[in-house]
Amino acid sequence: MGYRLTTTRFDKYLTNLSETFDIYAPVVQKGKGMYSDTEVVGYGKITCFDEIVFDKKSYYSPKEVFYPIRETLFYFLNDELKEAPLDIRPIILFVRPCDINGIMRLDTMFLENGGIKDYYYLRRRQLLKFIMIECTEGFDTCFCVSMGTNKTDQYDGVIRVQDEKILFDTDDEKLLTSALEENPKEVFTPRFIEENKVKVTIPEPDLVTKDVFEHEIWTEYTQRCIACGRCNTSCITCSCFTMQDVKSSDNDHLGERRRVWAGCHVDGFTDMAGGHSFRSKNGEKMRFKTMHKINDYYKRFGTHMCVGCGRCDDVCPEYISFSKCINKLNDIISEGGSND
Amino acid sequence: MSVNRKVIAKNAYRITKTRNKTALRIRVPGGHLETKYFPLIQSIAEEYGNGTVHFTTRQGFEVPDIDFECIPEINVKIKPLIEALGLEMVVQDGGYPAAGTRNISACIGNRVCPYANDDTTKVAQNLEKAVYPHDFHFKIAVTGCPNDCIKAHMQDFGIICVTEPKYDASRCISCEACVKNCKKKVTGALTMKNYTVERDHDKCIGCGECILKCPTGAWTRSEKKLYRMVIMGRTGKKNPRLAMPFIKWATEEVITQIIKNTYRYVDKYIDRSLPKEHIGYIVDRTGYKVYKEEVLEGVVLNQEAKVAENIQWSGYWYNQEENFK
Repeated sequence: MGYRLTTTRFDKYLTNLSETFDIYAPVVQKGKGMYSDTEVVGYGKITCFDEIVFDKKSYYSPKEVFYPIRETLFYFLNDELKEAPLDIRPIILFVRPCDINGIMRLDTMFLENGGIKDYYYLRRRQLLKFIMIECTEGFDTCFCVSMGTNKTDQYDGVIRVQDEKILFDTDDEKLLTSALEENPKEVFTPRFIEENKVKVTIPEPDLVTKDVFEHEIWTEYTQRCIACGRCNTSCITCSCFTMQDVKSSDNDHLGERRRVWAGCHVDGFTDMAGGHSFRSKNGEKMRFKTMHKINDYYKRFGTHMCVGCGRCDDVCPEYISFSKCINKLNDIISEGGSND
Repeated sequence: MSVNRKVIAKNAYRITKTRNKTALRIRVPGGHLETKYFPLIQSIAEEYGNGTVHFTTRQGFEVPDIDFECIPEINVKIKPLIEALGLEMVVQDGGYPAAGTRNISACIGNRVCPYANDDTTKVAQNLEKAVYPHDFHFKIAVTGCPNDCIKAHMQDFGIICVTEPKYDASRCISCEACVKNCKKKVTGALTMKNYTVERDHDKCIGCGECILKCPTGAWTRSEKKLYRMVIMGRTGKKNPRLAMPFIKWATEEVITQIIKNTYRYVDKYIDRSLPKEHIGYIVDRTGYKVYKEEVLEGVVLNQEAKVAENIQWSGYWYNQEENFK
């Protein structure tokens, strides 16, 4: 069962929810595009229905809402620590099924990898509720169906937008407020996209041998990739971070520890003590990312990391397509996987 | 045949090396033209000229090999091209009202180019409306970024579109892409301190490269469109030289007012004993201080704007070519 709302009624409902939640959705950020006189669609706080962008994919994923790009974890003075206060309210996130699946991947990385739950991730993550944006058409670069991430039941509410009509359903008690219940009921079962324009075939993990790692396919990416890191920063499942200890300029013993997103395509990602570093060639970085997204993660957790949102394709300034890379890799591996 | 050379010159026609033949210059401010005008230009070239057109260095069209007596007839036909300039005047049948102030050229700008900080054609078109028609010989060009593809530095007024980059540290991943690029390709205005980027505003030239390099959108563009204007560049047979920065971080309104005031300045100081005098030589004669004072009169500078204290133009003098003696 669901509810049928007009945009005015939905705005009233959002106002009602805003009393408890900060509501985030894809919004147009005017003038914030990389190029002059352009806009970008990114996640931002909303107060009304019209602000939500339904007809475009967000350039950046929603992960920055609950996994900040740069987050102070604690402050230190000599041997004393003070945890950075978490001064945020519960969050409602308007997300598509692929991104919900992506957030499940982040959950696995932060909460189920290595036996210790990541405290700083968890304290924000547990404030989240998802309103799933019904997604039956997708976009040009999506390949969620191939990744099995076109569907999910991990949502707290679901919305369908049909012209002027909004259908909304939830069984979450926090979302089921009087401002919703006063609307007419209408049977509403969410649908999911069944076919994307882009399809990928993931190489059988068992067939991925060391030969593939040395295959000349990666040389092409050494020539093409500029290691800007946009594929990492736009990705819903990239979870890597680095630490920064920032000391006060006046006092070496006073400062803060931050954690900051890192990306395997960005120079310096593999820098180690003693000046060691791995994967200096950009093709090697591409290989590392590809293997993590469609091979290594699967071997460890039983699902593929990539959810086929296609953002890495959308944002690559060099027009490198990840879905194309997966398919090329599959062809190579089906043919035996060596350079010959 | 009797032709008043001065009259036809103001009308955008010229004396050519072929006796009794002239050529028409068609203005295309910003160097961008709707193709619907192509058949008209083609028909003039075919009916009155020799079936060819020349793309001028200032991005107009020059239609050669026209008989002087066809001028009135052509002037009626080119009315739509003059109307397309969008000037605040009723376009008559007499053709172009002036030719001294040259076509305002522009690079492709942000209609296409990722580097461009503005729609250069639009800026050129706006300026055209502000300064044309005028008989004084002014060369103006607009370029989308300090790469200066239009060669704004070779103009009397070269307008370089810039942006004042805004940094949101909370979005920065300290990848240093902006810092490294600025150091390598620009002026090294960015440095990393405590994993956070610091921008030296005096060194920053507003090219926007940092914004293009940033993988997280930590760098974005200023809401305000800003411009650097370089002045008094020139070629010619005496003292070719690059234009030098007169004002930076100025608004369109401010640079437009300065250019308009320069017409007043020229009118006051031009040497009328000469057939024509380029502005740069007038500024050489009056000195920069006088020029500056005259053209800034009544101009309300935006708060970001900075005007050059003094300018030393470089270039060389043809009559001092010691190297060839």
